[in-house]
Parts: sequence; C-alpha cells; structure tokens
Amino acid sequence: MGLNFSLLIVAALILAVFLGVEALGLSFLFGVIIPYLALATFIIGFILKVVKWAKAPVPFRITTTSGQQKSLPWIKDNKIDNPATTSWTMVRMALEVLFFRSLFKNTKAEMVDGKKLTYQWEKWLWLAGLVFHWSFLIVVVRHLRLFLEPVPAFVTLIGKVDGFFMVDLQNFYITGVLLLAAVTFLFIRRVLIPQVRYISLAADYFPLFVLMGIATTGILMKYFYRVDVVSIKELTVGLFSFNPVIPEGVSVLFYIHLFLVCTLISYLPFSKLMHMGGIFLSPTRNMPNNSRAERHINPWNYPVKVHTYAEYEDEFRDKMRAAGLPLDRDGAEDEAAATKE
Amino acid sequence: MMYNSRNIIIGLIIFVGIFTFPFVLGAGKANEAPKLSLDTPKINELIKKEPIETVEFMRNNHMQLLSDWKVAVVRDGNRVYVSQKDGQEYDMSLQNTCLDCHSNKEQFCDACHTYAEVEPNCWDCHVAPEVIR
Repeated sequence: MGLNFSLLIVAALILAVFLGVEALGLSFLFGVIIPYLALATFIIGFILKVVKWAKAPVPFRITTTSGQQKSLPWIKDNKIDNPATTSWTMVRMALEVLFFRSLFKNTKAEMVDGKKLTYQWEKWLWLAGLVFHWSFLIVVVRHLRLFLEPVPAFVTLIGKVDGFFMVDLQNFYITGVLLLAAVTFLFIRRVLIPQVRYISLAADYFPLFVLMGIATTGILMKYFYRVDVVSIKELTVGLFSFNPVIPEGVSVLFYIHLFLVCTLISYLPFSKLMHMGGIFLSPTRNMPNNSRAERHINPWNYPVKVHTYAEYEDEFRDKMRAAGLPLDRDGAEDEAAATKE
Repeated sequence: MMYNSRNIIIGLIIFVGIFTFPFVLGAGKANEAPKLSLDTPKINELIKKEPIETVEFMRNNHMQLLSDWKVAVVRDGNRVYVSQKDGQEYDMSLQNTCLDCHSNKEQFCDACHTYAEVEPNCWDCHVAPEVIR
C-alpha cells in the first residue's frame, strides 16, 4: 500500500515536470521559482522544527550508557560510551554522526531450528547506510562545480579523487553509482525482510524513491542521454547569484532532476529525514552522564509550598513540650533572649 | 522558551551558513556562459559555417560522438563518418577533422571545459593544436 502509493506520487511528480516543461513551457516555474521556494521551505522549516524541539524540556539525564560510569578514581570508566563531560559527549556525538556508531552495534535476533534464539551482528544496514550518507555528501559537494564560477579548489580536488577512474573520455564518479546502489539496497532490504516490511509506511518508501529518481536522472544525464552542461551551469549559477536565467537548450531530464531535489529538500523538515538535525538533539546522546556529580533540576519544577519540621516544631512547641515529646530546640533560649532585651 | 538556547542558536547559524554559502560566494556576480569563438582561419574561409551535425547535437553529444569515433576507428578500423544531418562523409579524426577547423583549442574546447570543470583525456594521446603551430 505505502509502496505503491509512494511510487505513484514520484511517478506523478516526474510526469508533472515533463508535461509542465515540454507541453506548457513552464521552465521558469520549474527552473527558478520552485527551486527558490523549496530552498526557503527547507531552511525556514528546518529552523522552526529545531526551535520547536528546543522548547521541549528534558527533565532527566536520559543518556544511553553502554560502558562503565565515571565514579571512584580507581575504577576505570569508559569515556566514550558513558561520557561524563561535555567534550567526551561531543566525541561520542561526532562518532555517531560521522560513523553511525550505535547502528554498528546493531544485532539481529533469530530462532535457529525453531527453538534456539541467537543474536547476530547485523552490519549490512550500517554499511549501506554509511555508504549512502557519505556518497550523498560527496555528490552534493561535487555539484558545487555546477553552482559556482570560479569553482573552489576543494570541489575540484574532490571531483578528481571521486573521478579517479575514467570511462571512455571522461571521469567516472564512483560515489554516484555507490549512492544509487546503497539506496537500492536499503529499499530491497525494506521490502524483503518481512518484519521491516510490516512496519514500513509511505513515509519510508517515498524518500527512497525520490532519492532513486535523483540518482537515476543524474546518472542518465552524465553517461547516457547527454545534456548541455554549459547551459545548465548558466541556469544554476544564475540561481546562486540571484540573477536567474533560463538558457536555451536545457534538457527536460535536468528539470526532472532539479524538481526531485526540490521535492526532497522541501519535504525534509516535515519528515523522518529531519534526523539530519534531530541527531544533534537526541537527549540520549547529547547529554553527559553526570547526574551523580551535578544536581540537575527539573526545568518544569514550580515552587512547591513546603512545611519544614522546624516550622512544625515552632507551631506546636508548647503542646509537644506539655506532652513530653523530644524537641530539637526547646525554645528556652529564645525566651531567654527575649527577656534579656 | 528554548532550552540550551546558546547551543541551539550556534547550531542553527552553522546550518544556515553551510546551506547558503554558495549564495554568499555567488551573490550578485555576473553570470555569463562562455561564448565559443569561431574565429579561426579555416572557419573564416567557409561560406556555410556549420558543424558536421547540428549545433544543438554537438553541444550535447560531442563527447559521445568522439567516444564513438574512437571505438569505430581503433576497434573496427572504420574511418568514415556519415553525417546524420545531410549525409555528407567525414574522416573520423579529432586532429584532422575537428581541429582542422576548430584550431583554437583555448577559445573553443577549453572555454566550456574550464567553465564546467571538465577535464577530458583527449590530450593524453592527441597533440593539442598549439604544439603543431
């Protein structure tokens, strides 16, 4: 259900651009207006989401701990897996963001012969996830060669390393193909594993199809249906210099590619893809585990009206004394002090 | 009210900075795609200044054409190219056909290749026209 629905939506989006550009000539809409709107939606939506999250109080230290806590000096603590300071928390966060460390520890439970429960280290999801994210990052950075004139040196360098292998006369970018392969793996995994398929919704399939569409159109333009790169660069440089132009001879394949990218970024703040910002705001990962060393006060605590024992004794001192109950302060000094004056 | 507002604001500034820096670098800059120069002695002699296929086809597909030529010449020993445009025959040769007219590599090939940051490996084997002169 979710799968067919998502596929249908992505197909409809592609068809909409195709008809819009080819039949109605709406290249200014798809080439300039929608990209600007999508980028604005992405940035503003992202900020509003983060602000909304930041307004939610986190009353307790709910750090995930998978190592020895810092306690007595002669007990060796695990600084990364149970960080007690902000700097070690940042180290753990960096490893999480850059290498998906918690996913690396992923295990799979399986019944062997129908009666023996075994746990296996499940690394393929981690590997495909890592390949996908890093490839995507490099692909995005590489695209700066089409956004900026002159091209910054680091973009040229990354393009050269990524395009180390040559096919025919041109660079063959490894990350482009790895990106598509990894997304395809993640999709196949979702469909083939029954338990994963059971919990998959349209919101899980849709981003995968959009990413597949982006990667496929990109690869098609680069290696199969040649497009006029110079006029495409004129269009993109125009967008980034706020002098938008629609040059002649831009292929419809480019508009499809661009529109799917716009779909992805404008959808991002409202979807699970928001883990891009959310990872940094995970309370189980971004707090140092120092609740034994420092007192943390629940931020939504309101002033509670209390009646301390001292106040209670002041109130009932005479009665308590008459009943022969022990008193912390018997009040005699107070009376003596009062008579002295 | 935001909690940890200092860290949140620093994070958001970094986010906005990363995703808008192409605008910071590009804003207001003149945007001009390179104009290809056809000012070579050989082209100036021609009456009909047209490439072997349509201009649009050449803009999009010249790399594919050259790649196909390479395969045809090196692997199949076929040196004759028949234009899809008008059926005229050409010798499949980068140096003797393409560069014969487009002898201004710097103003022709390199103009776009530099703009689009493309480095084809033609000149690993072929001699660039400047060297001939």
